[in-house]
Amino acid sequence: MTRWLPFPSAAAALFAMWLLLNERVGAGVVLLGGVLALRAAQSLLTLELPKIRLRRPIAAAKLLLVVFREIVRSNNAVARIILGRKQRTSGFVRIPMDMRNPYGLAALACIITSTPGTLWVEYESAGNTILIHVLDLVDEEEWVRTIKNLYESRLMEIFE
Amino acid sequence: MSGAVLHWSIVLAQLLLAFGMACAAYRVLRGPRAQDRVLGLDTLYVTTAILLLTYGIRTGTTLYFEAALVIALLGFVGTAAMAKFLMRGEVIE
Amino acid sequence: MTDDSPLGLVTAVVTGSLLLLGAGLAATGALGLLRLGSFYERLHATTLGTTLGMGSVLIASMFFFSVLQTRPVIHELVITVVMMVTTPISLMLLVRAALYRDRREGSREVPPAP
Repeated sequence: MTRWLPFPSAAAALFAMWLLLNERVGAGVVLLGGVLALRAAQSLLTLELPKIRLRRPIAAAKLLLVVFREIVRSNNAVARIILGRKQRTSGFVRIPMDMRNPYGLAALACIITSTPGTLWVEYESAGNTILIHVLDLVDEEEWVRTIKNLYESRLMEIFE
Repeated sequence: MSGAVLHWSIVLAQLLLAFGMACAAYRVLRGPRAQDRVLGLDTLYVTTAILLLTYGIRTGTTLYFEAALVIALLGFVGTAAMAKFLMRGEVIE
Repeated sequence: MTDDSPLGLVTAVVTGSLLLLGAGLAATGALGLLRLGSFYERLHATTLGTTLGMGSVLIASMFFFSVLQTRPVIHELVITVVMMVTTPISLMLLVRAALYRDRREGSREVPPAP
């Protein structure tokens, strides 16, 4: 099982993408898509990725909702900053992290960068701190609290 | 009536996107630094993909969808390669 | 589109407003490339077009073609997933490169390496 289908979710996603792009379901389409998805998932084995198990799908769905809400909110905020003439300062904030799981950190990096207004800059593994850049920086402490309460606690619940 | 509403909103959206592409192109041409040019190019790719989708709605064919997908994918590969080049001075080590 | 098209007014208004929202956000993001002062600030502006800007145009396209062809047309989801996965990665690579270059030049704008 693990040898023939090492990454079931990646293979399923590739297969779904193949069907969506073809826009019809026939024997040939399903066969070719299935073979391609299987081979692509097997080729992921050479990367020797660490094991991952998604334990709490409900918590993950909740996190997605939170991220979507934050993206809408900060899109509005950044659009106002660009179009307006408000005085503001931008700057870097260093945040100490409790999470060490590489997948959790990668997810956090993608979330922070996808949200307009905040940008992931670097991760420093010795002290387990991250550096982010904030467009409208008023209070550093508040950003530390926001990132930790909004994302880190939920990500730790999912990945650790 | 409905055709006119759709037509004029598409035209306005295309004008807005053309303006956005002009801004991005200015950033590509003026810099001031290499990373600014790469960022402008990335914005140009994304805006082009959106413009193609809009054009697809205007003409009513799904043909432009594939072109938008290809531009989005190639834009990612191009930006990644150029970021790597800015960091190391070569793409494939 | 001609006036005798089978589309209702609702479809036209929904598609049109989603398109205008998306195009407006993308244009605002690109305008931010001109108006914001430093490279790190400009990076924030591009995200406008790639998240909600692209998203609302894709929803408009899905809605419009689903009504036009009277069947669910959802292949735009592929672009949505591609954009969701690739945008943060390319921006992170770019910011890493910029940080590396700025630090090597000894710029005071960026914090020193830990």
